[in-house]
Parts: sequence; structure tokens; C-alpha cells
Amino acid sequence: MKIILEKRAQQSKIMAYASPVLAIGLTVILGGIIFALAGYDPQTALYYYFVEPLTNFWSIEEVIVKATPLILIGAGLAICFSANIWNIGAEGQLTMGALVGSFIPVMFTDWQSPLVLLLMLVMGAMGGAAWAGLVAFLKNKFNVNEILTSLMLVYVAQYILDWFVRGPWRDPNGYNFPKSVSFEGWQLLPTYGDGRMHIGALIALIVVVLLTIMMTRSLKGFEIRAIGNSRRAGAFAGFSYKGMTWFCFLLSGALAGLAGIMEVAGPAGQLLPSISPGYGFTAIIVAFLGRLNPMGVLLAGILLAISYLGGDGAQMELGVSVKTAQVFQGMLLFLILTFDTLIRYKVKIIRSQTAEGELT
Amino acid sequence: MASARGKTGDASNEVYLLEAKNITKKFGEFTANDNVSIALKAGEIHALLGENGAGKSTLVKMMYGSLQPTSGTLFWNGEQVEINNPSMARDLGIGMVFQHFSLFESLNVVENIILAIPEEDDIAALAVKIEKVSAQYGLPLEPYAVVADLSVGERQRIEIVRCLLQEPRLLIMDEPTAVLTPQEAEQLFITLRKLTAEGVAILYISHRLEEVRKLCHDATILRRGIVVDNVDPQQETAQSLAQLMVGEAIHKIEARSAKKLGKTLLKTQNLNLKSGLQFGVDLIDINLDVRAGEVLAIAGIAGNGQSELFDALSGETRVSKKSTIQLNGVDCGTRGIRFRRKCEAAFAPEERLGHGAVPSFKLSENVILTRHDSDDDLVRYGFMDGKLMKAIAARITKKRDVRVSKTDPEAESLSGGNLQKFIVGRELDRAPKVLIVNQPTWGVDAGAAAMIRQALINCAGRNAAVLVISQDLDEIFELADRIAVISRGQLSKSFAVEDMTFEKVGLLMAGAHEKALPADNDAADNDAADVEVEDNGAPV
Amino acid sequence: MTGFEAAVLTIITASTPLLMAAIGELVVERSGVLNLGVEGMMVMGAVCGFLASYYTGSLILGILASMMAGVLMSLLFGLLTQTFVTNQMATGLALTILCLGLSGLIGEPLTGEPGLKLSAISIPYLTDIPYVGKILFGQDILVYVSIALVFAVQYMLFKSRMGLIIRAVGDSHSSAHALGYSVIKVRYYCIMFGGACAGLAGGYLSLVYTPQWIEDMTAGRGWIALALVVFATWMPRRILLGAYLFGTVWIMGLYVQGAGIAIPSQVLSALPYVVTIVALVIISRNATLTKLNTPTCLGQSFVPDR
Repeated sequence: MKIILEKRAQQSKIMAYASPVLAIGLTVILGGIIFALAGYDPQTALYYYFVEPLTNFWSIEEVIVKATPLILIGAGLAICFSANIWNIGAEGQLTMGALVGSFIPVMFTDWQSPLVLLLMLVMGAMGGAAWAGLVAFLKNKFNVNEILTSLMLVYVAQYILDWFVRGPWRDPNGYNFPKSVSFEGWQLLPTYGDGRMHIGALIALIVVVLLTIMMTRSLKGFEIRAIGNSRRAGAFAGFSYKGMTWFCFLLSGALAGLAGIMEVAGPAGQLLPSISPGYGFTAIIVAFLGRLNPMGVLLAGILLAISYLGGDGAQMELGVSVKTAQVFQGMLLFLILTFDTLIRYKVKIIRSQTAEGELT
Repeated sequence: MASARGKTGDASNEVYLLEAKNITKKFGEFTANDNVSIALKAGEIHALLGENGAGKSTLVKMMYGSLQPTSGTLFWNGEQVEINNPSMARDLGIGMVFQHFSLFESLNVVENIILAIPEEDDIAALAVKIEKVSAQYGLPLEPYAVVADLSVGERQRIEIVRCLLQEPRLLIMDEPTAVLTPQEAEQLFITLRKLTAEGVAILYISHRLEEVRKLCHDATILRRGIVVDNVDPQQETAQSLAQLMVGEAIHKIEARSAKKLGKTLLKTQNLNLKSGLQFGVDLIDINLDVRAGEVLAIAGIAGNGQSELFDALSGETRVSKKSTIQLNGVDCGTRGIRFRRKCEAAFAPEERLGHGAVPSFKLSENVILTRHDSDDDLVRYGFMDGKLMKAIAARITKKRDVRVSKTDPEAESLSGGNLQKFIVGRELDRAPKVLIVNQPTWGVDAGAAAMIRQALINCAGRNAAVLVISQDLDEIFELADRIAVISRGQLSKSFAVEDMTFEKVGLLMAGAHEKALPADNDAADNDAADVEVEDNGAPV
Repeated sequence: MTGFEAAVLTIITASTPLLMAAIGELVVERSGVLNLGVEGMMVMGAVCGFLASYYTGSLILGILASMMAGVLMSLLFGLLTQTFVTNQMATGLALTILCLGLSGLIGEPLTGEPGLKLSAISIPYLTDIPYVGKILFGQDILVYVSIALVFAVQYMLFKSRMGLIIRAVGDSHSSAHALGYSVIKVRYYCIMFGGACAGLAGGYLSLVYTPQWIEDMTAGRGWIALALVVFATWMPRRILLGAYLFGTVWIMGLYVQGAGIAIPSQVLSALPYVVTIVALVIISRNATLTKLNTPTCLGQSFVPDR
């Protein structure tokens, strides 16, 4: 028995929309099977994962808090991947954004002005962009593979942050804990009421809208898609690949950096050695699940935020490991890649005896 | 004509070497071969003729085991056989020389050959055999040379020697002369005749009808997957064979009535360019000029610097001196393709999908690809005008008779000919002053080819300077006012078409004009006609 | 045992997992496939090797389990990229993400528990030779296996028909297909070999290097192995050089700290990653050097006509 792919004359429009839905559906089914095998009642477990987080206001708020960085980073990565440029070091860019953005509140602890917040956000974005720009520089100047450098720089960024919060930026009155001073007033993002939901959600929404307009209507978006689909044809159009490399890394780095400083100035309220539960990596899944399309990223970011929260909930209620959420995310990415094949190909299962080249 | 054959049986119940009966092959809903039957005799060269897309390659791939027929049967020496894969075909005695060679660039000649001979394990012994066979058939090869360093002609020799080492009884050749100079082709024919004298059958695919008439004993003609006729090519004319292939009278190209040449619109001065690619060709001292209202055609065998020249002229690769390339009177050697388009130059590259067009983009989006800043209205303040894009795509589609299955389809869904009509049409739609086209009708059906060629001539007629780079000599002679030839990155002087013949072009293609580097004087390459045959080492 | 000997021994243990993972990936890439899931396959090898040896008490079963885990994960990658022609880069990333989660999940109950350790061999007299005895004859068996593997791969790729076929498939899959080779089958085998090597490399971490299971204990070694393949310009013997170079950097940090030099520990911890980037810059800036041996079809999917 063999599985054979047959190219479709035209890409399937139906599959383009059905693929994420099928992938999610199958992930849920497989998840249920895993729970059953592990001795949990699948229905209850899945309920805690995917439904419970939406049943009360507090947890919806929390979903939005977690979705904000995922959407911001995912949208930037979606642009990169659309251009066939592989930034997988968003986690490091997020870290550098958090670090650079915290410069003012840590160094000028008493400065209180709306300008502080603005500067923090700008500097955070710049920190992330600079860290990503390093990758672009190495790729353009020395032809170094961006996948490996962007990833290596994640580790480097995390050690730099670690040094700062344990060394010069440690809170002098913090009983030697590795953390900075707590941010106050204009050093924190305005929140909705007294909750944790902050203005970052609005910023993420605006970014999604702007990027959607860019990708669908503007020449820049056309350039991104042209280069991503065919680098040679992009060059024929007169679009510079090096320029695109800069653009993609700076944009996605800035968005990751922004997400980083918003974590610090939002839910965390201070600089800590670890400020993200792997948002930068999960955002890769968000980008693919969202069909590399900013609007899709919005939905995918919310879905994955639910799974994060559901993972916590299921652990508290049932004692399921939090790692399960990560397994779900990996499975989801696998399945979506598989179903994406069906956009371009028909799959046929053939039972035949015809031997394939026996030379192997 | 049967003298070469070892045994001549009674024609009526003769056993054929290979017979295909009622072969049908479907790819999804597309029928590539429809009930095709063909019979090959030992010691004969049998031509398989047809347009691009007629189903020739599909048919021979089934004979070689690369593809399996949907229905129908093959008989080898009268016995029914199923050829499941190429190694089975080779065991039967079927060898194949592919149109797009099945070689490995990073491996050497022996390694390339041993990969096709599973039972051979001794590299050194095989190298000896290769030298022997190649000497025997006049196909010189250096066994330890790496393929990437070899010319197209040498690569073809590897393919042929690879087949010969397996002592085939049937040799399938797919467009073998497309990559050869006329002189090299003559040499190949000698080898082929020698093989038939030994009783080998040859199935010969070519669209060069004159050579089919000279060489082949029998011809089967395919049209849209169906066998339309079986003729003795020596009783036919090239014209009548073409008619059978196309199925309708071929559109004759109208020459321009009066030729008035204007000022020079395209000019290069000592264009030198090191290729950035690993196996690329360096351009050496290229000087050319094209005046308004004329067509300059550059002939040459594939892989001699044509795409490098195209890229340098289009601005996809830039040179260090501004005045090296002049378009429409503007020095633009250091400027990119966008600037050059603004100088009213237009370009159509060889590769249609993935260079001239983005495969998954709609035609309207592919309009933007080359016209985003030369047509002022298409993009305003960084935003595209969707309506105008579609209108222009529709205009081109209509004017150039691009056959589409729906409005504004994706580029990849078009056939080669239709997409090429669109791409050339997209550039002509701008009414450019300078038009540079690389391989305008490569892999395009005859109808579309005629249309494109006519459009190019008409473009020159509207006082544009047209540069056509092509490896198709028929096309060159049909289009050109002047002809120059490129070989190993060097361009010959240009000659008026009236003064040129196939033979002269062939000598230049083999490198008769090349300077021994470093160049000592310019007098040597004054006139191609003066060049002696002995001077060029290439044809073997 | 002198300090020098001890240092060389630790360097060798630190280098061996890099060597194993990189030599496997080299074969995969020679066949034209880019599997970015090395880190994931390694971490699965680490956890499965640890669990198997912990529960069965057998180191041999532990080693086999780590290899099996790598192979199974690589088959998942193969199924997607070869059979379903998914994007190789995205799929490799997905594999790593999935494996990091999965390994954390199944290893959670035993995190930090002490496990079995594969001990060094000892040959009477030979191991006792001063200075070189321990280094040459007193390693654990897997060190010798990993070095033998490099030479075996070198021989296989350049002296055997199998290697010729692998290189041919990586050079031009369409030509190989035209000659009747099953491109996809060859690639599946190479992917599985790479998986076994990566799994073994992971097992080495949890059975020799630090005999326990800690979450994400591969710490980017899989990615460094990928970089090593580029650094070695796809030549097996250069992998040996590169792996030991990186192992040295990795261990140097510990010794510098031990010597009481005042450098923040974070700088030393970050050093291997920085060195990887620097090494990539040095190799990649010379385009002719890298392009010479890069398999032409690297990362491209192959779908035969039917």
C-alpha cells in the first residue's frame, strides 16, 4: 500500500480554510485519546483545556493577556515566513525588548510621566529590532544561515538578561532575589479596571489591522509575497532580497521586543530572569495556524492562549502535567502542515504490487 | 534503406523489437496519450514527431519504465512485457538519452555512469571501458572530469556512452540535437548510423524536421496525445511534416515592409562580468548595439552565458561602470532593473514560472510584478489599484489571445505557450523602446511561437530596438536583421542575416570567434566566413 | 590523574554528543534533506534512554531505547516531509517543539532522579600508561563508537555504491529518479539514520554526561550540531574537528571559573552559542567554500510524476 500525491490543477480554496479547522479538530481528538490512555476522563480533561478558560470573566481576561504577545509576535513572524525568511529567534528578541525597554524604569526609578511609558515601548521595540537586525546583518553581509543565528541568539539574550537581573539591575531591597525594582505608575501599562488586561491588547489589535492592510493592499505586501513565492521573480520585479531581509527582521524583531516590554510593564510589573513561557516559539505555531495571515494570527493567538490557560487549569483541577499543553501545540503544528499539503495535492492511497526501483 | 538491417524478414509478420499497442496514459483528468500504437524495428531510426505537449515524452517514459501506462500493452520481441522501472528497461536492452539530462553535476563522469550500471562495482575498470567505448563511437570523454565543468555537448556524450555501455538494443533519444551545433549534430548522426548498422533500433524525438528527413527511416506523428499518421519521412518535405504535427496551415510570419533604422537604443561597451554562480559563465568583453527598428538576434548553445547576459542587461546583476550599458540613451550599468524599466526598456526572461512570473500569483498580480513603478497609476502612495491591475491583465489576455479557463487565473495554471504570450504581451503592452527577450519560444507550441515572433517583429516595426537571445536557429533566421553568436561568455561580431548560413553560425557557436585569453588582437575575428574549420576544436 | 588529563576527558565527553548528532545530520543533508528537528530527536533520545535504563536497570536497553526514540521521531519527520511533502524547515521546527513538550511530559515524574551511568572501559596496563593511557584507552565505549562512526560514514559516502547513491539523490533528485532510484526511499533511510544518531547523542547526555533526566537538558546542542554540519562543509572528517572544538569551548567555561578568573558565569555559559555564530560567519563568508559541497537539492521536496 502506498500513499501517492497528485498535484491539483489549482490550489483548493476549500482546503485553505478547512486545513486549520481539521488540524484543530484532529488535535482535540488525539488529545482526548492521550488523556484516556493516561487514565483521565477525556471529556472532562478537554473541557478544562478548551472550554473552561472561556467560562468566566477573569479567565477571558487572562486569555487576552496571554494572547497579546502571541498575536504581536505571531503577526511579525507571519510576515517573515511569507517572505520565506526564517526568524525563529523571536524568544530572544522578546527578551532583549524586555531588557532594553526596562532601562528607564530601572535607572530612573522616580521619573513619572506618560513619556516614560512611551519611551519604554519604543525602546523595547528597538531592542528587539536591534537583536533581530543582528541576524539580518550577518545574513546579508556574511551569508550566514538565519535559522541558526537567530536561534543561538535566543540563548545569548537569555544569559544577558540573567546577568542584568542578578547583577547590576537587581533590586537592592529585594532580599537578593533575582529581580529588578517593581515598576510603578507611568512605568506600567494602563489596565482595564483593576484586572491584568492591559492596553497591549489594543495595540496588538491595531498592529493586526495595519499589517492586514499592508499585506493585502500595499506594494510592500506584494513585495513580501512575491519574494516569498519566488525569490528570482522578486528580483526580476526589482525587489531587493537583502532589503527584504532587513525589513522582515526589523519588523518582527520590533514586534517581539514590544511584546517583551509589555510583559514586563504589564503582567510581570518588574524585570525577572524569565519573562516568557516560550511565547517566541509558540508564536511560530500561531503564525502557521493563522495561515501566515495577520487576521488568522489573531484567531490562532487566542486559541493557543486558551490552551496555555487550559493547561494551567487542567493541572490544578486534574493534576495533568502542564507539559501537555506544549505537546498539543506541537501536534497542532504537525497536523496543520500535513493538512496544508491537501491545498496543493490530492492524496491517493494505492494498493499495488508494482515495485518501485529496487536499486535502493 | 534496409541495407543496415541484419535480418530482413517478411514485412507482414515481422517481429518488431518493441511494439506499443493501444497505450493510454492519464494524469488526473488530463489524457497525455490516447490509444497510441507504435512499432520499432531493429536497425532502424524511427522518428517520433509532435508539438510540445503532444505526448512524446510521456510515451517514451513509459517505454523506459519511468511512467506506467493507464492501459495498453508493450511487446518486446513479440512477447508481452511490463516495464515497471528503468532498471527493468535497461535489463531488456532499452537505453535512453534524456532531453533534460539525468546527470549529477557534483559527481564525475565515471560516477555518473556507474549509477546506471548496478552490476559494475569497479570504478577503475569502468573508466577503461568508458575510454574504449567512447573511442569506438567517436565520443571522447575524460572519465574523471566533474560534470559541472563540462559543456552541454560533453554532457550529452556522457548520456550516450552511459547507454552504449549497457549494449542496448533500443536507444531512445529525446531532442538530442537541441544542444548541439550543426557540426556536432553531423558527428552525432555518424555515431547513430554506426549503431543502426550494428542492429540497434533508435527512437528519435526531434522537432528539427530537416534532420529527421535526412536521418530517419520511419516517422510516427503525435498530436494532442493521438497518433495522427505514420509516414516515410524521406518521402515528405519539412513543410508537410510540420503540417501533420500542427494539424493546420502554419501561420507564416510577415516581414516588415520598409525598414528605417533610427538611433542606437541599446548598447554595451566592453561588458565584463564575473558570474556569481558556482557553475556560471563569465561574460567577457561584450560589445553590442541595437538601433531603433531592428532585431538583433544572439544565437548560441544553452549555457554559454545567455542568462548571465540577460541578467546584466536587465539589471538583475549590475556592473561597476555606468556607461557599460546604455538603454534608450541613458547610461545605466550601475542601476537596477526598476530604473532601467523607467528608461522604457522591457525584459522577458527565459524561465517563465519563477522568473518572468510568480507561479501562484494571478495574472493581474503578475502585471504588477514588472510594472509597479513604470506605470504611474498602478501604484499610488504605496497602494495598488486592484481594478486597473485586472483591466490591464484582461487587455493583455484579449490582445494576445491568451487562452484561460477562468477570469484572472494563476500563472501556473496556464500552458507554457499561453503564459509566454502573456509575459511577452505584458511587456509589449507598455510599448517599450527597448525589448530584450531570452528564448522567446522555448517549449512553446507552434501556434503560440508564430504569434510571439510576429509580435516581436511588429515591435521592431514600431521603432523599438529588439534583442532576441535564442538557441533555436530557425527562429534566429526568421526574426533577425543581424545575427551575433555567444559562446563561453564571448560575443561574436554581428552579421547581416543575408550574409549568414547555418554552417557559419554553427562555427561561431563552436567558438570560432573566441579570443585566446588574454586577447592579443582584434583583427582575428573580423569575419566569420574567413574562419577555417580546423581552427575550432569543439566539433568532434 | 593530572589536571590536563581530566580536562581532556571532560572535553571528549562534552564533544561526543555533538559529534554523534552532527554526523547523522550530515548524512541526512547529503541526501538533500534538511531536518531541523535534531534538537527534538536528541531530547527524546535523552528521556527515553534514561527511562529505559532506569526501569530495566540495563544500560544497553537504555542506549537502544534512545536510538529507537530518535528513529521514531525521525520517521514522523519523514512521513511529513517525504510522503506529504511539507516544508522541511517548518516541519523540523514542529518536530523540535513537539519533542520538547513530549519529553518534558514523559520525563516529569523522574526529573532529577539519579540514573545509571555508563562507565569508562579499562584495559589492564594500556589504560595505566601515564598521560595518554586514560585518554586513549580509558573512555566509555560510545566515544569509540562515535569516532568509528565518522570514519564509517566517510567510507560509506565516498567509497561505496550506497554513498554514491545518497550523494546522487542529494545532487539531483530528478536525475536519480530518471535513472530508476527511489528518491523518497533513500531519503527515508537517511532520515532514520540521522534520527538514530541524534537519539544516541541524547542518550549519551542522560546516560554518560550527566546521568539523570533534566528538562530541556540538550540545551541547544542539537542546533549546534546543525551548525557543525555547515561548519564542516558537509565533509565527515571535519565534523570530528568541529565537534571537538566546540566541546573544548563548552568545557573551557568550567575551567576558567575554576581558576578563579572573574568573568560572569553568564558570559561563559553563552560562549558556546557565540562561538557557533562566529564559526558560521567565518565559514559562510567564503561562498565558494560552502557552495562547493552543499547538496544541490538541500531542503527541496520531491514529488515524482505519476
